[in-house]
Formats: sequence, structure tokens, C-alpha cells
Amino acid sequence: MKTAIRADVFQDLKGVGCPMNLVKTKVAFAKMESGQILGLILDNGPPINNVPRSVIREGHEILSQEQLADGTWSVLIRKA
Amino acid sequence: MIDFTEEQLERYSRHILLDDVGVAGQEKLLQAKVIIVGAGGLGSPAALYLAAAGVGTIGIVDSDVVEVSNLQRQIAHFSADIGAAKVESAAAKMQAINPDVEVRTYREYLCAANIRKILAGYDFVIDGTDNFPTKFLVNDACVFLNIPFSHGGILRFNGQTMTVVPGQTACYRCSFRSPPPPDAVPSCAQAGVLGAVAGMLGTIQAAEALKHITGAGELLTNTLLTFDARTMAFRRIRLKKQESCPLCGPHPVITELADVERTVCTVQ
Repeated sequence: MKTAIRADVFQDLKGVGCPMNLVKTKVAFAKMESGQILGLILDNGPPINNVPRSVIREGHEILSQEQLADGTWSVLIRKA
Repeated sequence: MIDFTEEQLERYSRHILLDDVGVAGQEKLLQAKVIIVGAGGLGSPAALYLAAAGVGTIGIVDSDVVEVSNLQRQIAHFSADIGAAKVESAAAKMQAINPDVEVRTYREYLCAANIRKILAGYDFVIDGTDNFPTKFLVNDACVFLNIPFSHGGILRFNGQTMTVVPGQTACYRCSFRSPPPPDAVPSCAQAGVLGAVAGMLGTIQAAEALKHITGAGELLTNTLLTFDARTMAFRRIRLKKQESCPLCGPHPVITELADVERTVCTVQ
């Protein structure tokens, strides 16, 4: 079943490597209210392994992450 | 919130990644104003790191010109700068590292008559002076103007530093009442100094300025940090704000700025 949650802010970070993908994620969060949802597209490999782990460490909540047909990942995160 | 350019995001990415700095901390740095007194051994690394960090406005005060004997430790100055004003030499390197920052140069010798006007409006002061009268003058002016500052001093293999938040933490006079008599303590010119010691100490002072601006961590207040580079032993000496302090105590006897002897004032 697909997630029914809608992102308030969406960032396509396809092709954006580490650590700039995390920098851009942090900039997006800085403009958002607590409780809002950020949707990200992250590359497979180091990006999907590192970005979710870092945002969890900063207290945000991963609501879902699923791999898309092209191998990238769709991630939904609720801002702390 | 500031709209960072792509280049700024890359330039400041290692700050933005830090949980204790982040986007908000980098914005504070870009809006901050720090002034460095002395473009010498301590002021050089402090100036370069603050410029690199994106501190938006950086003042730098020095009346001297670059001499060949400075180059062993004053890393903002290059051989080609000999004879140039230190403030101009330092400003050129700061701008070359980071064109985002505005550098304000003051080619003046700080004295009681000009210090208030120069320091007023800055958020933090780095004392990188090479003599006791000016160190006391910077302390007194910062207490009167209520500007937090970092004290620093180096000699031979030794360094010492403390951060003062006026009205809240021990000031320099809480521990050291007045300048030592002239010639009681030799200067770097007389006693020598290991060049890298200047970098160690000036870099600690830059870190204190960045911490104060971003709110990261705890400042080196109520503590005198000393080190001896021969053994790399570091010591923290606890200090207390003194009721009996002639400057920041409840019954001050120092109520205005004054030049101590040997502070030559060259204000026109």
C-alpha cells in the first residue's frame, strides 16, 4: 500500500551526493514549522544510508521510505 | 531567513552540518560583527578563521606595518607585504578567502581617546595585543561598553586565554588588578615566541568568538586556560568574579578609561 501522507515540502535530491544532500535537507527543515512533513528523493547507496540516520539523530521522525522503480528512494520525514 | 546561494551552501556546509551551528548558526555568523585588536600573531589566525567562517563584518585594528621579523608567526602577512600596513595586508587575505565578509580596517593605535568609538557596535572583541597597558584598556572598554571579549597572550612556548562576558563573569581585572611595572615581563620581541603558539592561541580565540555568536557549547568564562607547548600541558584555572574588582565589582574605583604609561596615543 502506498503512503497516504502528503509532504508539505518536497525536495528532489536525485544526483545530489553526501553531504550536500543533508545540507539541503537541513536548509529545507529550517524553513518549515514543527510537525510539517518533508518529502525527499534520495539516491540509492550512501545517500539513503546516511541522510535518514542523520535526521533521526537530530530528532526528526521518518514516516516512510520506499524504493522507486528507478532505484531512488522516496522518504517522508516529520519535522521535530 | 537568509536565502543562501548554492555557493554559500557549499562554502558553509561543514558548519550547517553541525547540530550546534546549523542553518540558524550560520545565519547568525553572517550577521555578526567581530573586531580584532592587533593584526599580529594572534590576530592573524583569528582574522583568517573568522573570515573563512563567514562572520559578516570583521573590524581589524593595528597601526603597524609588516616587518620581516613578523613573518615567522603572523600568518596573514606574506613576504611581499613587507612595508604594507598590517590591517591592509590582513584585509586582503580575508577578502581573498571569503568575499562574503566586509572587513573594516582601523590603522590606529588603540588608546583611551579612541577605543570606545572603535569598539562600539561590535558583538565580540578579540584581544590580540602585545602589551599589558592595551590589554587592560581593552578589558576596561569592553566592560564599560558591555561587549564580550576574548583575552589572549603568548610568550616563548606559553599561551593563556580567557573569555569575559561583562557583568556576568570574571573580567581581566578580577584576577589581574593592574598592568605589571614596565619591563617586569619581557615582550615577545625580547624573549621570543614559538610561531605555532601564536596560531594555537589565536585559533582558540576565534573558536570562542564563533561559539559566542552561534551559542554553541560553553564559553571559556571564569576560567584561565594556560598551556606550555614544550610539554603540551594544558591547565584550566578557575576564576571568580570578584566583589572587590576595581572595575566590575559593586563599588568600582575605575569609572573612566585612562591610558597607562607606555601606551603611546597617536590620535590626531
